[in-house]
Amino acid sequence: MSNLLEVRQATKRFGSFTALQDVSIQVPKGSIFGLLGPNGAGKTTLIRIINQITLPDQGSVYLDNQLLRPEHIKDIGYLPEERGLYKSMKVGEQALYLAQLKGLSKKEAKERLKYWFDKFDISHWWDKKIQELSKGMAQKVQFIVTVLHRPKLLIFDEPFSGFDPINANVIKDEILQLRDEGATVIFSTHRMESVEELCDHIALINKSKKILEGKVSDIKRAYKSNTFEVGLLTDDNNGLYNTLKDKFNVVPADFKTIDDQLKLKITLDQNTSSNQLLSYLSEKGQVMRFNEVIPGVNEIFIKTITENE
Amino acid sequence: MSNLKLIIKREFIARVRNRTFVVMTFLSPLIFVGMISLITWLATLNNEEVKQVAFFDETNLFGSDFTDSGNIDYLDYSKLPLSDAKDSVVIKKLSGLLYIPKKESNKELAASIQFYAEEAPNISILNDIEDIIASKLTNQNFKQKGLDLGVIEDSKAKVNIQIENFSGEKTSKMANYVKMFFGGAAGYFLMMFIIIYGNMVMRSVIEEKANRIIEIIISSVKPLQLMMGKILGTSFAGILQFLIWVILGSVLLLVATSVFGIDPQPVGMEQSIALQEDNQQEIQLLLQDILKLPLGTLVLSFFVYFIGGYFLYSAIYAAIGAAVDSETDSQQFMLPIILPLMLGIYVGFFSVIENPHGTVSTVFSMIPLTSPIVMLMRIPFGVPWWEVTISILLLVGSIIFITWLAAKIYRVGILMYGKKPSYKELFKWLKY
Repeated sequence: MSNLLEVRQATKRFGSFTALQDVSIQVPKGSIFGLLGPNGAGKTTLIRIINQITLPDQGSVYLDNQLLRPEHIKDIGYLPEERGLYKSMKVGEQALYLAQLKGLSKKEAKERLKYWFDKFDISHWWDKKIQELSKGMAQKVQFIVTVLHRPKLLIFDEPFSGFDPINANVIKDEILQLRDEGATVIFSTHRMESVEELCDHIALINKSKKILEGKVSDIKRAYKSNTFEVGLLTDDNNGLYNTLKDKFNVVPADFKTIDDQLKLKITLDQNTSSNQLLSYLSEKGQVMRFNEVIPGVNEIFIKTITENE
Repeated sequence: MSNLKLIIKREFIARVRNRTFVVMTFLSPLIFVGMISLITWLATLNNEEVKQVAFFDETNLFGSDFTDSGNIDYLDYSKLPLSDAKDSVVIKKLSGLLYIPKKESNKELAASIQFYAEEAPNISILNDIEDIIASKLTNQNFKQKGLDLGVIEDSKAKVNIQIENFSGEKTSKMANYVKMFFGGAAGYFLMMFIIIYGNMVMRSVIEEKANRIIEIIISSVKPLQLMMGKILGTSFAGILQFLIWVILGSVLLLVATSVFGIDPQPVGMEQSIALQEDNQQEIQLLLQDILKLPLGTLVLSFFVYFIGGYFLYSAIYAAIGAAVDSETDSQQFMLPIILPLMLGIYVGFFSVIENPHGTVSTVFSMIPLTSPIVMLMRIPFGVPWWEVTISILLLVGSIIFITWLAAKIYRVGILMYGKKPSYKELFKWLKY
């Protein structure tokens, strides 16, 4: 799979403060790429470099295998975290203005805006001023403006903040649809559940350095610890627990059941296979639950960051 | 449409649609004309007020000389006892009592005349009285020394120097006032324009920052483009406003003149009917003088310095707007704008008018931050072309330099929130 966007060893300093150091990322075409990291890690700086708002001190950015140029602005749609609209300007005028700045003709912009306004059922907002709308309503307008010029690359910084769950879902579906239509999405957020749900690739940035990057499934495979979650029905829970404790690496687990099961997390060494464990357990009691523990992005996030401290 | 044009258009429309702008545009000429009418009216009021002055003349010399003139009525209290005269002045609330004692010599008399009054009389009354007494005493002195007053009157010469330049063209003595007026008006006008519209540029930058739309915009356009678009769009709005002012103002002034019969000409004009012929000649020379001013150069340089000065300052305003989060924070950075503007105006009004080609005037008409104002004031007096050229080159150079600096601060500042930057901080931004 070819990469739509490649950042190669970008470094950016502000005075004596280094915001980014030798950061490289590769965003595959058609992927939803999660850009993760704690506050102040350098995500926004990286995004601004991709948007040509700031220039890197060193390093380069390639879009579609071409060195990033001012003309590429039209190929990128960016919804910043700090976003707003002109308060005293009418919604329609404002959307037209922003669309024209992205290189659409007035006519084209009008047609596409009509499509989106109808889709979101907000056509009656056209002549309203932004100050009359709620925050969530204004966010919808911003989303439309971001995607209107059909960019190859969409960058969303915390796109769901300010939306209620229903509208967040609407936006999520739109993002997925845009991806299906061929757009590549970079997605920066602190909300791990939406990363889990949407992203197929992630990069983790901490203290101005990239510390992890790859396919989500690969990363999870690398981070799993050969641990299994087990639920057993036995006559003597405590007795079995003590026996197992001598044989394996066991900790109590907690999950919801309707009957009184022995709940455990068992971590296997490399010499033991899951089948061996299962057949051993099936002799001791009735196996109600047996599944591999796969680390969530959240866990990986916290683990990697703390390891890097 | 190019992005710059789009931005200019948006800024223009945003400025023009602003309610304050509309109100200011249509109210200002009204207020202006109202003020002029009020001042003219008050001036006539003041002139009509007649002061009453009593005199107590022990010498019996002046009785016939104190005749009621425009502003002063003289009352002869010489027949009353002095103390009664004083009381009477106090009771009747007259302006004062002039006491002329009897003395041996005119010299002594001149030194001992007194004016009793509750509060000090105004200068013009005193001057009038002093003139009357002085001329009377002078004439008496002449007589005592055996000189014939008629002969003296005949011997007085009236001199009116005609000014002519070496190519034989006559000039009115008013010429310098005309030049001062044109230069001063242009300089003052430029300063007002810079302050009003520079502030608008700054507010527009702050607005974009406060609304948090700035990052959306600059992901589409270069910050320099946005800044230039703002400066240009706002200046067009300003030009429109001034055009409306000029048109509305002249219409209103015309209406006010014809309806209320207010004569905008100085009062002195009508009083000197005797001098009318002289005056007419003067006015003709005056008109000639106006026409003789380097009008082409004046208009051209007005535009150059006007545009140059506005660009120079509005770039600074834009940078300040980018550096702060709200208008209140901008105060601390106003000094570098207000100081040179004030300096320009003061140098213009004191130094240029005194000596248009002196060192101070010449230097300040070269320094870019003051040159637009000072040079505009100097140009009517005739400035060598090479001085203008150097000044313009310096101005253009510094516009480019300042805009470059401002753009750097702007670029960083618009994305900075929650910091109250110091000058040191701004200096650091230049290196980002």
